[in-house]
Amino acid sequence: MANNAWRRLVGGGERLWAALGLAIVVTLWEIGHRAYGDFVLPSPLSTLTALGHVAASGDLWPAVVTTARDALSGFLAATLTGSLLGGIAGRSMPVRSMLQPMATMLIGVPAIAWVVLSLLWFGGSGLAATFSVAVAVGPVVFAAATQGTRTVDGGLRTMARAFRVPLGAMIADVYLPHVLSYLLPALGTALAMSWKVAVMAELLSGAGGIGDGLAAARAEVDTAKTMAWVIVVVALLLVVDRLVIEPVRRHFETWRRGLPGEAA
Amino acid sequence: MSQEGALTASGIGHGFAGARVLDDIEIWVPKGNVLAILGPSGRGKTTLLHILGGLLVPDAGRVERPFERPAFVFQDPLLLPWRTARGNVAFGLAGTRLARADRLARARSMLVKVGLGHSEAGLYPHQLSGGMKKRVALARALAVEPDLLLLDEAFSALDVGLSREMQQLVRLDAQERGVTVVLVTHDLSEAVRLADQAVVLSGRPGRIVARLAIERPARLRDDAFVEAEIRRIAAIETIRDAFRPTLSI
Ligand SMILES: Nc1ncnc2c1ncn2[C@@H]1O[C@H](COP(=O)(O)OP(=O)(O)OP(=O)(O)O)[C@@H](O)[C@H]1O
Ligand SMILES: [Mg+2]
Repeated sequence: MANNAWRRLVGGGERLWAALGLAIVVTLWEIGHRAYGDFVLPSPLSTLTALGHVAASGDLWPAVVTTARDALSGFLAATLTGSLLGGIAGRSMPVRSMLQPMATMLIGVPAIAWVVLSLLWFGGSGLAATFSVAVAVGPVVFAAATQGTRTVDGGLRTMARAFRVPLGAMIADVYLPHVLSYLLPALGTALAMSWKVAVMAELLSGAGGIGDGLAAARAEVDTAKTMAWVIVVVALLLVVDRLVIEPVRRHFETWRRGLPGEAA
Repeated sequence: MSQEGALTASGIGHGFAGARVLDDIEIWVPKGNVLAILGPSGRGKTTLLHILGGLLVPDAGRVERPFERPAFVFQDPLLLPWRTARGNVAFGLAGTRLARADRLARARSMLVKVGLGHSEAGLYPHQLSGGMKKRVALARALAVEPDLLLLDEAFSALDVGLSREMQQLVRLDAQERGVTVVLVTHDLSEAVRLADQAVVLSGRPGRIVARLAIERPARLRDDAFVEAEIRRIAAIETIRDAFRPTLSI
């Protein structure tokens, strides 16, 4: 009985728990503010005020659009190339042996190094941010797609072959659902990374975007404004994740409901 | 009986990673006939079935397979975990020209024939029992209206009554459309009810150690006949040897 009630509370009150977590963060933030003062950690309230100022000045919206463009274009390029190459590598040993070390190498390069390089290559154009994002994130997608394609059940492939299923149905019904269970979590991570790298590139390039706003806030030594920009990035990340990635995940994983080891 | 359209395998040998599994297998199944492959576990029955179905290329020998639409029931049901029972049966029809709606409709009526109604048709494999999964796999195979049907212990996870019903379903369908059938089984009574001929695989590597013909037409085989036939077959020395217990407990 008690166990049941507990489960209902946890399962049903998902939002409630999320709100509680958020409240704890804000409380800790406020405590930190009281302990260290305005300069080190502005209060949540003054951060919100700073955010209001940024919005009122008309800087907010263009910055959001630019950053979204940089992050999403890079993410898209990385997703397309990464999953295509990963899909091929998963099926072909030579391609896999050739590309995997490259991907590992690319993952090893610090994101900030890509930013610096692409600034040298593309200058201050918006392309620098897109490129940095794509090369930083692409290998992550590639690795997941390779692993997913490689581990498709051989029995199911034999079965599909036995029924002489055409290639299109083979990809859509045998490969894709399995690969997605690897790819979707990776895409979530990749998307979060995309925002970070995009902001980094913008900060150094000064070609607009949230990163540019952060650079300006730093120049003005305005901690509250800096925090305000951070909140904007996080909010953007959350909104896109909830609006795009989560529904896709939900759509493709309905069949998992009630699988042993899956929470309902 | 004419040679035309027969499933023929000659001189088949096969091994996995150096270990020989099959040796010198000769098989001839006239069009519309039913062959049963019997034998103890691990002697290459599944391997032979895959070779006959063209899923595995043997190391030696040739297979003549003059068929257009082969269909399998695998030993593991091999259903797509992300498709419902209905979706899985329809998947077997993906290679046909049928429209999607027609495929689903045919899947649904085939599921009814194997005793799975509307409520079960929408369940995912992990929500089905072992026997239900086997029946979905059988429905998937029958739905394509095959001219060659390969059954790997298709009735083994079912209770006696249901297993008889499914055998009946396969027999009627096969007779009506002149389907050539190869079935692998551990159950002698299944072989006696359905098959026109049977081979017994035994030894390592697996060889055909006995061949049986069951002359009476399948539709005329009553329980008494099946019992007498089982007794006759079980008394044959080579078959007794093949199934002699190898584990001493
Ligand atoms: N893909 C494979 N790789 C390596 N060895 C295999 C493979 N498939 C089968 N074998 C081996 O071949 C032998 C015969 O296997 P097979 O599945 O054909 O037996 P079976 O007669 O169908 O047995 P059962 O009645 O238990 O299903 C076994 O020893 C098995 O270990
Ligand atoms: Mg087997």
